[in-house]
Amino acid sequence: MTLESYQTNGFFDELFKADGVPHSGARPLVEQIDSLSRKELQRRQKAAEDILYQSGNTFNVYGDKKGTEKILPFDIIPRMVSARDWDKLERGIRQRIHALNLFIQDIYNDQKILKDGVIPAEMIFSSACYLKPCEGLKPPKGVWTHISGTDFVRDSDGEFYVLEDNLRCPSGISYVLENRAVLKRILPSMFQTMKVRPVSDYGDHLYRTLKHIAPDGKDDPNIIVLTPGIYNSAYFEHAYLAQQMGVPLAQGSDLVVEDDKVWMRTTAGLKQVDVIYRRIDDEFIDPEIFRKESVLGIPGIMRCYRKGTVALANAPGTGIADDKAIYAYVPRIIKYYLGEAPISNNVKTFICEEDADRAYVLENLDKLVVKAVNLSGGYGMLIGPKSTKAEQKQFAALIKAKPREYIAQPTLSLSRCPTLVGSGIEGRHVDFRPYSLYGEEIFTLPGGLTRVALKKGSLVVNSSQGGGSKDTWVLGGSDVTGAEETTHA
Amino acid sequence: MLSRVANSIYWMSRYLERADNVARFADVNFHLMLDLSLDRDSTQWYPLVATSGDDEDFNKRYKTADEQSVLKFLTFDEKNPNSILQCIFRARENARTVREIIPVEMWEKINELYHLTQSHSRKRSLADLYDYYMQVRQAGHLFTGLMYNTMSRSAGWQFAHVGQMLERADKTARLLDVKYFILLPRGEQIDSAFDAVQWGAVLKSVNALEMYRQQYHSINYRDVTDFLLFSQAFPRSVLHCLDSAAGALKSLAPECKPASPARTEMDTLTQTLHRSDAAHIIADGLHEFIDGFQYNLNLVDEAIFRSFFET
Repeated sequence: MTLESYQTNGFFDELFKADGVPHSGARPLVEQIDSLSRKELQRRQKAAEDILYQSGNTFNVYGDKKGTEKILPFDIIPRMVSARDWDKLERGIRQRIHALNLFIQDIYNDQKILKDGVIPAEMIFSSACYLKPCEGLKPPKGVWTHISGTDFVRDSDGEFYVLEDNLRCPSGISYVLENRAVLKRILPSMFQTMKVRPVSDYGDHLYRTLKHIAPDGKDDPNIIVLTPGIYNSAYFEHAYLAQQMGVPLAQGSDLVVEDDKVWMRTTAGLKQVDVIYRRIDDEFIDPEIFRKESVLGIPGIMRCYRKGTVALANAPGTGIADDKAIYAYVPRIIKYYLGEAPISNNVKTFICEEDADRAYVLENLDKLVVKAVNLSGGYGMLIGPKSTKAEQKQFAALIKAKPREYIAQPTLSLSRCPTLVGSGIEGRHVDFRPYSLYGEEIFTLPGGLTRVALKKGSLVVNSSQGGGSKDTWVLGGSDVTGAEETTHA
Repeated sequence: MLSRVANSIYWMSRYLERADNVARFADVNFHLMLDLSLDRDSTQWYPLVATSGDDEDFNKRYKTADEQSVLKFLTFDEKNPNSILQCIFRARENARTVREIIPVEMWEKINELYHLTQSHSRKRSLADLYDYYMQVRQAGHLFTGLMYNTMSRSAGWQFAHVGQMLERADKTARLLDVKYFILLPRGEQIDSAFDAVQWGAVLKSVNALEMYRQQYHSINYRDVTDFLLFSQAFPRSVLHCLDSAAGALKSLAPECKPASPARTEMDTLTQTLHRSDAAHIIADGLHEFIDGFQYNLNLVDEAIFRSFFET
């Protein structure tokens, strides 16, 4: 009877419509959890943690000489997305990625959207994410953002809002797959009852996405994953994805440019590389063009890319559409390129570079969330209602000094999901990141990463700041007709 | 296959085999002491250090060569690059860089062994240590079993196999060498009951006792030398390991750069061994023979590096 006394406390809850009343699709899950004693739930939680620990996807505890390693916190109570909600999310994501891709292509080529005055040109050229060396680039098949992970949060009205588009090197997909593998062992009986949609074919989809952009005439392309190396915090994910596709995992030092082609150093000599899924940031990928001191990258790779002898995923330069100030314009970007109204909502965003917005932000620092436009991971952020006067003062100074670098948004009342804590089950705030692939068409994996702020009352879900993750169940139920057909093969 | 990856998979395998051998030697020595009713401060521990080849380092940092200090040096000494702790750490670091190549279960096995080692290294009791050696050996068997039963015989497997075989040949030869020259310098003990127990322990530490008995029935140093160096049937004999490594190198031919020295060096070494026999070696000096063998084994290792890993 672990859920009997569970309280939603007025927040939108991912499993409960109201206290004691589960959402219709969540009933079997709620009943199952409720039937388990607290002790049994804790036993299963421990078992899940042991599986994750054994799988070795651990990170070193900073400053610990004994080599203590930890897993990313994981909570066994899954988050659920109904078939109806998923259908709308999927359509919204597809529309967004389609439009943003056209936007990036336009920005680095004709710049029509600037000439038409839809976005002020200075917003683009003042962005640290605008990469001049990418001007005139035309990536294979016109695709820039092959892999993306859109961040959503759900407000108290139950609506999903897009928070970030993550079009550069979104990480976390391996947690989606691993969390699922674990939960299939921890709560096996639920999967059939609830028609949970599978995620395990992600590697197949990714491989096909990458194969799609191979240079012409390469029927059996040499596709690789490029990692900064084993000390990168996402290394295990890079290895995991290479393993899921059965392709080599290379480091910069394994690759070399000769005759405007990229080669990898193999035991049998040099072998040409055709497609690179690179998990190295734009600035580090080619010291000839970007950061000169980068030792992670491959000198000359951009030359090869321009010549079309090698394909990169994602294309360099996509970060311009990730700039948090540009984000504010996405509804206009969708309207401009597709002539459609946005399906997914944006969060109302104040651009500190604009005088009226800045004045409002400075007046209301105690109510707003302020974010640095080019930082992620919960860094460079002020959460107004939870901040001290001193912090507000500090941010006011920062904003006045460099207005282009800050935006502000109203504090959303993030939805919560029942979560196992020391004393039983309590609501904790969550967000949601589904992953999409843009190959022949745009495919969104029916699942995603649910991050959960494990600290009571906290709104920060980032793993660097006390966040954990949950498995996410997209239900294949019957409340939307044709839900299955919306998935692309 | 990427050169860096091939190098890592080769060393992953070598380090695991090394850890496994150290655990074997220590465990068997312990049981030998019980058989001989020797006290724990006995001089019988130092030869283990000599087998590892790290005696110089040991002499610098340790005052006595009793059970406690020898086992600490061989097992959990962080400064000894060939301690079990360091071997398993490095095997895991190498495995981490080849995770996309090896089956998931193999990675998990190494990872588990690493965590087991970490938690054991914090304990102090010698009794726990012998449990730990048993677990290391079992993990070694599981790992090799997984490798044989779940990995395609493509380049990755062949590199892992070459690494394992060369390391095993090296350790078997060292064991024989040390046993022969340090444990038994006294002529009057040769072929005594004491001798049979000692050589029995040597056989046991490479899992050879039963297989040896089926061939020779009684234990003496000449037959043990013959068996451990030249048995074509026993999978841990030096000759068997080398033939097996040579076979793997042969199947790696398409992975190899042209004019690769690895096979030439390997063939030279195996041919030398095929032409030798125990009686002549003992007459001419076993130590000199094994010294020469190890020199040539290093040449093979260097040639493999130049043929496959160097870029």
